Amino acid sequence: MLKEIRIHGRGGQGSVTAAEVLAHAAFIEGKWVQAFPYFGAERRGAPVKAFARISSAPLLVHSQVYCPDYVIVLDPYLYKVVDVTEGLKKDGVIVMNTKRKPGELGLEGWRVATVDATGIALELNLLVAGLPVVNSSILGAFAKASGEVKLESVLQAVKETWSGGAGEKNARATELAYERVVRWWDGEG
Amino acid sequence: MTRMVVDTANHLAGYAAKAARVKVVAAYPITPQTTVVEKIADFVESGEMDAEYIRVESEHSAMVACIGAAATGVRTFTATSAQGLALMHEALHWASGSRLPIVMAVVNRAMGAPWSIWPDLSDSLSQRDTGWIQFYCADNQEVFDMILQAYKLCEDERVFLPAMVCLEGFILSHTYAPAKLPEQSKIDEFLPPYKCGWMLDVDRPYSHANLVSPEWYMEFRFMIQEAMENAKRLIPQVANDYGKRFGHGYGGLVERYKCDDADLVLLTMGTIGSDAKLAVDKLRQEGLKVGSARVRVYRPFPVEEIVDLAKNVRMFATIDRHISFGMEGFLASEVKASLFGQKDRPLFAGFIAGLGGRDVTAETVEKLAKRSLKWTDLGKVEKETEWVDLRE
Amino acid sequence: MVAMPKKRRDLPVTPLSYPTVGSMGKTGSWRTFRPEVNYSKCTRCVLCWVFCPDAVITRQEDDSPKIDYDYCKGCGICANECPVKAIIMVREEE
Repeated sequence: MLKEIRIHGRGGQGSVTAAEVLAHAAFIEGKWVQAFPYFGAERRGAPVKAFARISSAPLLVHSQVYCPDYVIVLDPYLYKVVDVTEGLKKDGVIVMNTKRKPGELGLEGWRVATVDATGIALELNLLVAGLPVVNSSILGAFAKASGEVKLESVLQAVKETWSGGAGEKNARATELAYERVVRWWDGEG
Repeated sequence: MTRMVVDTANHLAGYAAKAARVKVVAAYPITPQTTVVEKIADFVESGEMDAEYIRVESEHSAMVACIGAAATGVRTFTATSAQGLALMHEALHWASGSRLPIVMAVVNRAMGAPWSIWPDLSDSLSQRDTGWIQFYCADNQEVFDMILQAYKLCEDERVFLPAMVCLEGFILSHTYAPAKLPEQSKIDEFLPPYKCGWMLDVDRPYSHANLVSPEWYMEFRFMIQEAMENAKRLIPQVANDYGKRFGHGYGGLVERYKCDDADLVLLTMGTIGSDAKLAVDKLRQEGLKVGSARVRVYRPFPVEEIVDLAKNVRMFATIDRHISFGMEGFLASEVKASLFGQKDRPLFAGFIAGLGGRDVTAETVEKLAKRSLKWTDLGKVEKETEWVDLRE
Repeated sequence: MVAMPKKRRDLPVTPLSYPTVGSMGKTGSWRTFRPEVNYSKCTRCVLCWVFCPDAVITRQEDDSPKIDYDYCKGCGICANECPVKAIIMVREEE
């Protein structure tokens, strides 16, 4: 079993951390994992990509991810400048931080799950330097939408990444997103 | 307690320096090496690692500081990449000539100009003549293991040479993957306290590496060559010892994969050697007899292993992640040189791929293998050196 | 004092040089001019001792200079630095 995930975000949003926490969660469940960034010009606000692989056996592959099974999008406006569906498998799933519906995002024909991760962050006052932290919640949404990792594993990984009060808040965000994510292809929406 | 972690090769290099009980680290930051020394700085700051961290103003200073430290009798470590390694160049010669067992992690990055932060092997391979032992890793675990093995090897009195443990930038350095960290007490049993062939002593002062006339210089250089030959013999011994204690092995100087009955063997270095195994499996499923061999130790060059590998193989194809301008890929040249004295030699094709971090996938390797097999059947190679997927 | 090696196997791993007095032989024979000290003019300022590049001047108990003519190369720096011109450079006899 091999699942490949691509994460889209903007510099500073924690896309790389999201990949690492996701990998940790899968590792807790006994999977072999990889998590890595694609480094381009690094600056806050620039589009960045990070990747994760979850496998049932040790991985020999070191090249980049071209045909992900899942795409996670941390920024609600990124889809306008980046083709988040590039290479995505036909039955792949996009998990997106947005208040909108798939039809409004130009993602018809794709299996999309949405959650207002920004809203959750603002609700919980989960901010860093004034900006909402969306990576912990999006991983909760991913767990529910994909079924690839259990919520408990993500929560454990989150608490191991952020300690103390920050850990608790991030974990709460994860839980809320897990509850609130909508899988539009399931007839939920 | 042995524990499994999920971490980057850079952090694991830091863990290895700590596990090896390194006492002095002198380093200058450069992408993609930075997190190696940041990790070590964290360890030193927290007291977890009993070492002196010297913040120097350049990589050249880093290497000469390491030379000074090693000369006072302490285990020394540093790390760098690309331009930083090049900046150290004259000091690299000095370190090996002084016979100091310094270990350095080289996080491979393409040389500028043009500027690049992405991986290829041009940085460390352009230093192949400096008298440093060179290891090339294909995964995170190997980086950790080889740093420990490097100290054991380099501090052997039959060696007393410095070593580079090379790992590709981003592909390994920044990629989180699982790895096993053995128990410290077991590492201490494997790696005894620091030893070197000479040591500065304020009670008995002398200086090292002074002027040597033409009457004796050649002999000092011959001794370095001898040490390299000794290293060639000792590397598998150290690896076996390590394997027995900790359970990981990589198959010696050249890691072979399905080469026994192969018509074509792909020769690689670094992580391409790992993806090549996936290509081999796919090709074998199609009934094609292909194997791959990853050269793990570039200096000393595994001449005997290459000669042995070439027996009964119809074709060798090397994949070089670097080029020696005006000639060809480094691996291609040295493989050919190793085989020159043999009566029967396989056909040979050299491929240049992955420069400046251009991704090399298992599919690409499969494609190269199929081209090579076509030439094998024709009995003639179309081009001795081919650049892969070059834009028109 | 370590003996000079005769065979390759006698070599240390890297050349090591121990400090010795006069490892290049008695360099006093290089002189054309020798420094002569006028001890009544000498103010014991020890500048000649500080500046001698070959460390052939010893600072005596009373701070006056003693020159080791076995090794003094006659460079004249001590004479040049002496603030009261107590040292003069004199042509060596054949």
